[in-house]
Amino acid sequence: MRIVLDESKCSSLGMCESVAPNVFEVGDDGALTVLNPTPPEDQRALMEEAVAACPTGALSIED
Amino acid sequence: MTFVVVGASLAGLRAVEAARKAGYTGRLVLVGAEPHLPYDRPPLSKAFLDPGEPPPVPHHRTQDELDGLDVELRLGSPATGLDTGAREVELADGERLPYERLVLATGAQARHLPGERLPGVHALRTVDDARAVRDALDSGCRTVVVGAGFIGSEVASAARKRDLPVTVLEAAPMPLVRAVGEQMAPACAALHARHGTELRCGVGVTALEGDGRVERVVLSDGQVLPADLVVVGIGADPVTDWLQGSGLELDDGVVCDETLRAGDGVYSAGDVARWHNPQFGRSMRLEHWTSAAEQGAAAARNALDPSNASPYKTVPYFWSDWYTDKLQMVGVPAADEVKVVGDLDGERWVALYRCGDALAGALSLNLPGKIMKYRAMIVRGATWDDALSFAAA
Repeated sequence: MRIVLDESKCSSLGMCESVAPNVFEVGDDGALTVLNPTPPEDQRALMEEAVAACPTGALSIED
Repeated sequence: MTFVVVGASLAGLRAVEAARKAGYTGRLVLVGAEPHLPYDRPPLSKAFLDPGEPPPVPHHRTQDELDGLDVELRLGSPATGLDTGAREVELADGERLPYERLVLATGAQARHLPGERLPGVHALRTVDDARAVRDALDSGCRTVVVGAGFIGSEVASAARKRDLPVTVLEAAPMPLVRAVGEQMAPACAALHARHGTELRCGVGVTALEGDGRVERVVLSDGQVLPADLVVVGIGADPVTDWLQGSGLELDDGVVCDETLRAGDGVYSAGDVARWHNPQFGRSMRLEHWTSAAEQGAAAARNALDPSNASPYKTVPYFWSDWYTDKLQMVGVPAADEVKVVGDLDGERWVALYRCGDALAGALSLNLPGKIMKYRAMIVRGATWDDALSFAAA
């Protein structure tokens, strides 16, 4: 599983970080960093929650 | 079995998606008052109004994607009645939809000023409203915004991005008090002057006048403002008229328990739902993107499996784009104390709200890297001292 960020859509609203702070972090400069783009399979439900939580639809999961 | 979701915006869409994800394979019907496929509302007062090429409608899903969910759409046909005894939803076109499970997600509708609606006067709630406002701004109009809340402030921002003159009127002595509290409201209001928007507080609108379309706004102090575009942003009311007589409890929204249950087989989600939020131990009705999305999914899951229904709890979160600034708020503004870290006249600051010994809320200007850390602290019940230490670090 790979987390894909579409930077053209991301506006750093931070919901992904709120769901999974170990994988996503918005920096002080307002840029989102995917700390771990390939989280382990046991985190799939959490990653799906993070994708669904994004108000701008900037995240997706690739297998 | 038939599962009916009334309301085809974010909460309703998330409800039908969650029902399928939970393994429900029966008949699924999504009813919407507007003729459009579900679309995203926050951009309508933000990027959708930006100068430049008209953007596409921010649809959440394509027709193909909705077809893939095997959901029957009833768009452009608002629900007009609910018979909880017969378990039927009545639509404007006369259809009666039987249901075993029902999610009510009819949202909120923009308030209007009393009297006739002249052309050139708009609320901003739907994509049709947003197109009209955008077209007027593009034609270089003089804009008067009635109501200095978030929508009104975002419209003012869109006018100033075109270097157009704009006046924002607020009936209260200070705007946004309910949203951010008395102490922080002036700091937010001050952003308007910084960007060339005139804000007038404590003044009402007596009349909107014009010959065939709006030409001027008459104020309660007798002044008259010329205007080609008037945007009314004075809040929204939950859409519950159609539920009168249904037997459901209505009180500024559909009253639900902590699992979003409103009645036998009936759940509610989004702007229309007033539910008990266990995070703060109080009844709330939110008009926020994140809670609408989450409640839609939670209501559908609970409707399908009531005996294992989970409470829905959340720390409220909203954001607003003003000029070049981003305001973000997490938690609640009701507090025993508000502490500001940073310079309120500067480019970035955060205000922390204390309730007892705990952090209850945080409002930030241009600190996107911090706001979710405060949200996490509120979720885990962090102490006030912990929050102050983090803010000072």
